[in-house]
Amino acid sequence: MPQAPKVDALIVGFGWTGAILAQELTDAGLNVLAVERGDWVDTATDFATTFAQDELRYYWRKELFQRPAHETLTVRNNVAETALPMRQLGSFLPGVGVGGAGVHWNGQTWRFLPSDFVARSHNIERYGKAAVPDDMTIQDWGVSYQELEPYYDKFEYLCGVSGKAGNLNGAIQPGGDPFEGPRSREYPNPPLEMPYAPTLFAQAATSLGHHPFPHPASNLSRAYTNPLGVQMGPCTYCGFCEKYGCGNYSKSSAQTTILPVLMRKPNFTLKTNCEALKLNLAPDGKSVSSVTLADANGQTYDQPAELVILSAYVLHNVRLLLLSGVGKPYDPKTGEGIIGKNYAYQITSSVRFTFDDKILNPFIGAGALGMMMNDYNGDNFDHTGLGFIGGGYIGVLQTGARPIETLFDPGDLTAWGADWKKKTARDYLKTFFIATHGAVMSHRGNYLDLDPTYRDVFGRPLMRMTFDYTDNEHRMSDYLTDRAVEIAHAMNPREVKPKYRKGSWDVVPYQTTHNTGGAIMGTDPKSSALNKYLQMWDVPNLFVMGSTAFPQQPGYNPTGTVAALAYHAAEAIKSQYLKAPGQPLVQA
Amino acid sequence: MDSDGLGDGGRARLSRRRLLSAGALLGAAPLGVGAEAIRGSGPPWTPNTAAYPQAADTGHRYDFFTGPEAAFVEAAAERMIPKDELGPGAVEAGVPIFIDRQLAGDFGKAASWYMQGPWAAGEKTQGYQSRYTPAQMYRAAIAGIDKATQRASNATFARLGGDDQDAFLKRLASGDQQLDGVDAKSYFKLLLQNVMEGFFSDPIYGGNRDMAGWKLIGFPGARYDLTAYVTQHGKPFPLPPVGITGRPAWTRS
Repeated sequence: MPQAPKVDALIVGFGWTGAILAQELTDAGLNVLAVERGDWVDTATDFATTFAQDELRYYWRKELFQRPAHETLTVRNNVAETALPMRQLGSFLPGVGVGGAGVHWNGQTWRFLPSDFVARSHNIERYGKAAVPDDMTIQDWGVSYQELEPYYDKFEYLCGVSGKAGNLNGAIQPGGDPFEGPRSREYPNPPLEMPYAPTLFAQAATSLGHHPFPHPASNLSRAYTNPLGVQMGPCTYCGFCEKYGCGNYSKSSAQTTILPVLMRKPNFTLKTNCEALKLNLAPDGKSVSSVTLADANGQTYDQPAELVILSAYVLHNVRLLLLSGVGKPYDPKTGEGIIGKNYAYQITSSVRFTFDDKILNPFIGAGALGMMMNDYNGDNFDHTGLGFIGGGYIGVLQTGARPIETLFDPGDLTAWGADWKKKTARDYLKTFFIATHGAVMSHRGNYLDLDPTYRDVFGRPLMRMTFDYTDNEHRMSDYLTDRAVEIAHAMNPREVKPKYRKGSWDVVPYQTTHNTGGAIMGTDPKSSALNKYLQMWDVPNLFVMGSTAFPQQPGYNPTGTVAALAYHAAEAIKSQYLKAPGQPLVQA
Repeated sequence: MDSDGLGDGGRARLSRRRLLSAGALLGAAPLGVGAEAIRGSGPPWTPNTAAYPQAADTGHRYDFFTGPEAAFVEAAAERMIPKDELGPGAVEAGVPIFIDRQLAGDFGKAASWYMQGPWAAGEKTQGYQSRYTPAQMYRAAIAGIDKATQRASNATFARLGGDDQDAFLKRLASGDQQLDGVDAKSYFKLLLQNVMEGFFSDPIYGGNRDMAGWKLIGFPGARYDLTAYVTQHGKPFPLPPVGITGRPAWTRS
């Protein structure tokens, strides 16, 4: 196979973490090549504000997302079922092209709780050993909130997050989230303006003794210049943010925060339409010597590199490790092996409320616009006697009520006809939803491996996802939904209609693109694939970015932590690894 | 009709890529020739490459549907969203034309779906597992529906009375009505989705004519800046809806 000239660092996948690592490693003087299998994407051109507000094209025809025809995965709820391909997208929406899913994300920019990073030891300490059953394979992360704080801060200032601090260096701040971990300074920008529905929610939640606050948003509340010198403009609340691209420089993405600087550097090269097929190990198996790449003509060649960063979407990172034979695949029967272990997700529910007399104008929106509360997230409340651990946030997130998504529910085939039309005309402007968004604890039977039957366009096995919610998730989600119902009633609407998450995980309805795990981080190579710097224990010149590293999924959106872990890794590469390349940063 | 679904913008981008590849094949770069390599020049930008949407041509009748198929879709869509005192129904809003153009294009061909075998029915939680593309499913299902109503009532679906049509559609939705060769519930779900898409998507795609769907519910359409209205709590939004290409009042009296 032909070989390209060796590079200092090869970055596979060019979304948020790829751009962050490229920016940091080129700053350190390395010659960096990034490869991205999708197209170049320029937000102002591709999502011009004159045509970006197109629900059919972007959401229903899924123009911004991975095409299953190119690559999909197979899914099943348990090992007794035969996995079948996800033939069209549904439950989650991986991105494609430069910027990845960071182009169509909402901008919900959370930090996890300090206790989330020690989920196993914390819960056992507070509730006893029985709180974590044998099959619940949760782990401590091997990194602490305090260690990540400077990197959370760095990402929030890169993005220009709009929000209100609730805990500044230990001092609780009025108007912010009193449950959050201590932060070293205020958010770079003030909260977004608040529309009616979140305002009513906040009043009702406060009346019940809860602590609502404005959602931290990578949607800009005012003009901003970030620390790299890149300028952004204020959000216009058009309501096409979640699942859409922003051509207004108002939603943070790699394009709007890093690329204007990075793409000018002479020591950085980006190759688009270039797909990584396999990591090639050196003969001793202790380093990656090259990555096999395929260009758009189907020609394959080897790209040697001193340092390899895997920064594709979580599912693609895991699949590439499995296809390459890097690390030992996880076996759910024995609990042995590590790659594919602890796949987790998110559990969501909603409560619809409809007023007779209040016009909510629900079409106004931004991706992370809303009032939220963490009173029932993580271990912010006493779980004694509840029968579950973990939690989630509750809030009104007004991303914009695009009509098809609001009025068509693939799970309800009765919503049509003469009466439906009258009811819809009467209620659309006066209806909104309280959302709950909860943790998924990892479980012995939830994992990723290669499918024995189905193949992608290159003839390689698809990945197989075996996943279902356990009693822990259902009890927790029902508990959150019950709280949301109480708050909805306190708003005094005409109608309150909860939608609990019942039964097995279903690939059809959209839930969240918060897939996690499969090459998890931890404190030792027996129970984890990566050390605290996302460096592979067995292969020290390989670092794996993304929520791939999460040992389980807390109750928050993952991107803030994904980025903080990436910056934390980049700093360790710059300050330690490059002084002794090829060496582990943590001794096993 | 935009059969490849790329739009002119998409085609321009593709041909730009092909040109680059062709140049490279003539001997410029030995490796990775199909990939676009960008180095040191800033974010690439090329004029006239915006991937703007491609409007459906609504100046003629059906591209995909046969006469009997169109009769079924018009009748069923109108039962799902009937014309009433509040405004137009699905037919007046162009929903059947919208569905026809979608089925004649990329969507109808399942161009972005994974359509490799082997095939199995699977669990409900595993989603769509039919071998049919949407276009094939419409063709098979409508034939099956007319066969079923002929057998039971000696008439095609379109010739049934409104109440009988509703009852039949409800049986499709519940799975009580089986069809020869196609899963009735899967088809009903597809049809309902497409009707809602046609009534509420941007008029550029042939449905939601004169923004009838948006006017019905009070959705203001493809507006860029709603900042001034965020904190106008409880106040009706004062402006009429607008589509990607404007609104009729801009070009017609």
